[in-house]
Amino acid sequence: MSHRTTLAVRVIGVGAVVCLVATVWLGLWVTPPDQVQRNLVRLVYVHPPVAWVALYLAFGIACVSSVLWLWRRTRSAFFDRLAASSMEVGTVFTALTLVTGSIWGRPTWGVWWAWDARLTSTALLLVLQLGYLTLRRIPGDFDSRARRSSIAALVAAVDVPIVHFSVQWWRTLHQGATVLNANLSPTIHGSMAWTLLLGFVAFTLVFFWMLLVRYRVQVLSDALEGTELQGALEERWVEGDGLPAPGRLPDEGGTAGGALVGVSLSEKVQR
Amino acid sequence: MWRDTLAVAGKDLRIEMRSRVLLNQVVPFALLVLVLFAFALGPRSGPMVQASAGLFWVTLLFAAVLGVQRSSALETGEGTRDGLRMSGLDPAGVFLGKTAALCVQLVFLEVLLTAGVVLLYGAHIRSIGPLVVACLAGTAGLAAVGTIYGMLSSGLRVRETLLPFLLLPVVAPVVLAGTRAWQVALGTGVGGGAVPYLELLAIFAAVYLALGVVIYGPLLEAS
Amino acid sequence: MTYAVPMDRAVLLRDAVALAGRFPALAGADLTVERGEVVVLAGPNGAGKTSLLRVCAGLLALTRGEAVVLGRDVRAAASSLRKQVGMLGHAAALYDDLTVSENARFFVRAAGASEDWVGRELERFGLVGRLARTPVGRLSEGQRRRVAIAVLAARRPALWLLDEPHAGLDADARSLLAETVREAVAGGASVLLASHELGVSVPLADRVAQMAGGRVLDVLPASRAATLTDPAAVDRQGSQIDREKVPEVALEVLSSSAAERGGAHVA
Repeated sequence: MSHRTTLAVRVIGVGAVVCLVATVWLGLWVTPPDQVQRNLVRLVYVHPPVAWVALYLAFGIACVSSVLWLWRRTRSAFFDRLAASSMEVGTVFTALTLVTGSIWGRPTWGVWWAWDARLTSTALLLVLQLGYLTLRRIPGDFDSRARRSSIAALVAAVDVPIVHFSVQWWRTLHQGATVLNANLSPTIHGSMAWTLLLGFVAFTLVFFWMLLVRYRVQVLSDALEGTELQGALEERWVEGDGLPAPGRLPDEGGTAGGALVGVSLSEKVQR
Repeated sequence: MWRDTLAVAGKDLRIEMRSRVLLNQVVPFALLVLVLFAFALGPRSGPMVQASAGLFWVTLLFAAVLGVQRSSALETGEGTRDGLRMSGLDPAGVFLGKTAALCVQLVFLEVLLTAGVVLLYGAHIRSIGPLVVACLAGTAGLAAVGTIYGMLSSGLRVRETLLPFLLLPVVAPVVLAGTRAWQVALGTGVGGGAVPYLELLAIFAAVYLALGVVIYGPLLEAS
Repeated sequence: MTYAVPMDRAVLLRDAVALAGRFPALAGADLTVERGEVVVLAGPNGAGKTSLLRVCAGLLALTRGEAVVLGRDVRAAASSLRKQVGMLGHAAALYDDLTVSENARFFVRAAGASEDWVGRELERFGLVGRLARTPVGRLSEGQRRRVAIAVLAARRPALWLLDEPHAGLDADARSLLAETVREAVAGGASVLLASHELGVSVPLADRVAQMAGGRVLDVLPASRAATLTDPAAVDRQGSQIDREKVPEVALEVLSSSAAERGGAHVA
């Protein structure tokens, strides 16, 4: 990777660590506890940022990249790699969203899981993302793999808003709302607002750092496949006629003798 | 495109009429699932009637997975996938044709399942409108996504386990909305109209039919 | 070739590399097929004959190189080419539950060709009467091949890609195939045929292309390749080589004859 990109990765990494540390410090010590939720409210500095990264940033990038790959005019390996990296990092963030949401909900609702609209949609998103990752693991040639996964991403992308609305109606149009609908969103003011903003920035930087690193890994592994291809090509040429390098097509109508040797030779060598 | 749609739909349905896989295997499976749910929910009819809308849709979903697998298996016989690509058919037409054939088979199944739910669970149909619309729209959506994913996973060795894993999360909204609409139709819901859910089912179907038409071409080319 | 040469060649492959998974099935193949020509692909198992046919059909994507079929780049125009290209693969691409005539009608209609030819081709291959109404799944392998060839012929494609077409065919069907190919070529179609059975396929051919290791090594006019079809002649040449030393001898011969392709006779 170019020197400038490596520098950028490093800068982002450092920035991410700094912001994270600042968020943790502010979130855990400096900001006051909430009146209703007490110290539990400190999760607001983690859960919404992580959720935003997971759903809008990571998943959004993955889906847009997939569409760009599918569209012939903009097709390039860059978009396929970007989609895969983004989806993979995004899956981690989606899982984190569910975990932090569950931790937040437990003391509030008394259960580890509640069929809250957003949590349920996020859970479904996680399964969709796991399906995408499974598709990418299936061995095959580059083009088919890219095609399959980008189509799966597209199907998932179209599904997410539908899921969101259906689950929301499911929860709210359902009369007789229970205490489970108690709002996880507290009122934010003063130093809490700044810390929340810092939290968003911190996790966004973490995401981009992970994305760039993962992308680099993908580039390296694709390059490895490229060298394997060259090696495989060379083996195949040797198998064909014993020459170590590809020969140009000989003049049409070569001697019968030469051709004869070619045929009987290759048949024997194959044995 | 429409001519190819008719040709492919006709082909799929003709194969079904000859081989009778849906009739002999999927339908009994679905009815069996209904019976098993009855075992699970206990002999008293109360809980069963309450749950009957949801049970209908879940059963339909499982049967639909089988139907999708059968529909995509038709094209993964030796050489038939190549044959389909070489045939010169418009991929959008192939998609719509297979979706239509699958729809017809699923609707037939739904009629039987509805009878099953009414007879076995003792549900009463209060209004037939939401029932029919939900079934038609929901089936169209199910068939569309199923045809897309069926072709996507065809030819892969892990096809049998991969297809449900991919398909079920995507069609979860259909189960959700369909159940709500049915609850209104059966009178087992907790109030509220069926219209938003019917709209959702219609949008789901429209979106995935459109997506399939656009995407089936590139999909066929993934070998 | 009995027609004036038109603008485009039927097939042009240049340094074609195609992957099956990670394995380079084609490792830089070059080939041209003129319109109205019959070219036979010869070579041992694993040489890449099937892969070359699949690349021409647009079924196998190229990783490197160029493939132009009927004047159009395969990568860009695969779907529009398909109606004019007919492929006969190892497995007959037919629907087992449909009858012979239903299969034929479906594929001919799909290719946009006229259904008038269906009856004629089915009749030519003896697929009439009760046989026409039998589901394909119940036919023998040889009969399925006949159906597949009849369907291909009824579609009247401009380029025929045949992969081991003689496999499983009895003598009667083989002569019917030869007749069909000759008729197609006379009508301006081009044929690319991969075969082990050089004795039956070379007589149909204008040229013979030798393949090995994913590349086309040599292309001969069919008359020159006639010696290849006589297994006794091949063996006679071969028996004069010490069989254990064949690989080394070959390397010597081939590397020396790379410069001067006329000289080296091993005999």
